[in-house]
Amino acid sequence: MKDVKLVSKRFHLLNSHTLEVAKANGVYGDALKKAYDLESVEIIQIIKESGLRGKGGGGALAGEKWLLMPQESERENFLVVNCDESEPGTFKDRQIISKDPHLLIEGILITCRAIKAKHAYIYIRGEYKTFQDILQGAVDEAYEDGLLDSCDITIHRGAGAYICGEKSALLESMEGKRGHPRLKPKQKECEWFFDHPTLVNNVETIASIPHILQHGAEAYRSYGTTQSPGSLLFAMSGHVNKRGVYEAEFGTSMWEYIQHFGGGIKNGKKLKAVIPGGASTEVLNAGEVLNAKLDYESMKEMGSALGTGAMIVMDEDTNMVEALKNLLEFYHEESCGQCTPCREGTGWSNKLLAKILSGKGSIQDIDKLLEISDTMNGKTICVFAPALSSVINSFIGKFRDEFEAYNQPSAKGIQ
Amino acid sequence: MTFQFSQDNLEHIQELKKRYPCVQALNLPLLWMAQYQDGYISLQAIDEISKITTLPPMEIYRVATFYAMFKLEKPEKLLVSVCKTLSCKLCGSDEILQHLESKNVKIEHAECLGSCSTSPVMQINDILYEDLTTQKVDQVLEQLL
Repeated sequence: MKDVKLVSKRFHLLNSHTLEVAKANGVYGDALKKAYDLESVEIIQIIKESGLRGKGGGGALAGEKWLLMPQESERENFLVVNCDESEPGTFKDRQIISKDPHLLIEGILITCRAIKAKHAYIYIRGEYKTFQDILQGAVDEAYEDGLLDSCDITIHRGAGAYICGEKSALLESMEGKRGHPRLKPKQKECEWFFDHPTLVNNVETIASIPHILQHGAEAYRSYGTTQSPGSLLFAMSGHVNKRGVYEAEFGTSMWEYIQHFGGGIKNGKKLKAVIPGGASTEVLNAGEVLNAKLDYESMKEMGSALGTGAMIVMDEDTNMVEALKNLLEFYHEESCGQCTPCREGTGWSNKLLAKILSGKGSIQDIDKLLEISDTMNGKTICVFAPALSSVINSFIGKFRDEFEAYNQPSAKGIQ
Repeated sequence: MTFQFSQDNLEHIQELKKRYPCVQALNLPLLWMAQYQDGYISLQAIDEISKITTLPPMEIYRVATFYAMFKLEKPEKLLVSVCKTLSCKLCGSDEILQHLESKNVKIEHAECLGSCSTSPVMQINDILYEDLTTQKVDQVLEQLL
């Protein structure tokens, strides 16, 4: 497997989070110099040509998103970096902010130059206080060094709400409100923070910018596939021998990745299933995993999604009904409550699955779950409920026998 | 009972005001500040935040209750947040939760804490304790209780 370290190249260095080590190893060097030599639109052109896609889950083309920002604006432009990493199974951005925070700051400086912003906010999930402190330390060092003389960085702390990872909910939260996603505009436009044009990008997206600036769009495209160029900090958790975050290029075989970096399935067991890109993506069974490739298009073709590239690996002994129950509890807890189908549907499906698990359910209850799932799909403001809907459908669709087993007379009373 | 931000915090608030285009953005930072100062967010603190952010107290209350990490009641016991989401569950969080039942702590079932490769995990006073075993839980609690 090709060794790819575009974002993670300094992670292994001792004190890699400090300015001294960062500078000695290339941060704030050629990439930043080149950015200052270029005009804003030229930087955006390079990012567009690189085909860089947003690495927070959606995979939208970064260059296209940047172009939505007005180059001439009466109101100040802002950059908001999304570090509300809360998707179950995902823990890649915390690696960047704790192991190479200066890479992120360098990426912020370049991005702000491209979109003509003079202030960047980093919205970080409340649970990441330890990593926030490391990041703040790096920001303080950058201020002392004069690096932030013409561009401010402010870290804004969330307080435990998954939905704030959705960019418009994040902005609502930053405006001091509940994290309720906003209605999508009719036409594509930038985001707005207190009526200021705002760009929201994931931490890893911004951390990918310096490499592209320094080595060029073609160099980035030499990794990955035509439509999913470059690399991603893929992550593995669950039943593998070596859980962790390992960078790989897009298009890598999922099974090879799990064997190469993860050292295979724990305790010599067989694979049963993988949730490929954080909890909000459709589960793949073992047969599908063998054929799966880690890029946006391939995962879509398989009826799932690449998401955040965070794989939750489950071995042959995993109870898929309990696994889905665990996810339903998560969704019920984290629904923001704004839209009725989601607020009610997450609770109802959670209760119904509890009934099935207790052995008191029936085949009709399984079908009712699918019906609730249909009611939640496409009828809400954001994609939270549709994501859950596809998760329910994939679990029942691929492992229906396990759900039905709870309804057999012999299984009644199973806890 | 009244609430007042400490002198240090008041100075910090002045600095924060310069960093945002609108004072309402200070809502979450101030809720955090109040919680660190008192250990929880009192109604009096909400009134004080209202004066600074110009938001009505009820709106601040409404916001505070939305976020899982804001506590509106004074904690009586040490709060232990245990991640119970799938990656942790697959790697033994149930055992940790069961083990904690016998301890003199308040257990909170947290959703994904972002430590999936080092699960099971718990968080106490902002610190993550990773790769937990029941022995490790005992060691940590021994120092904190």
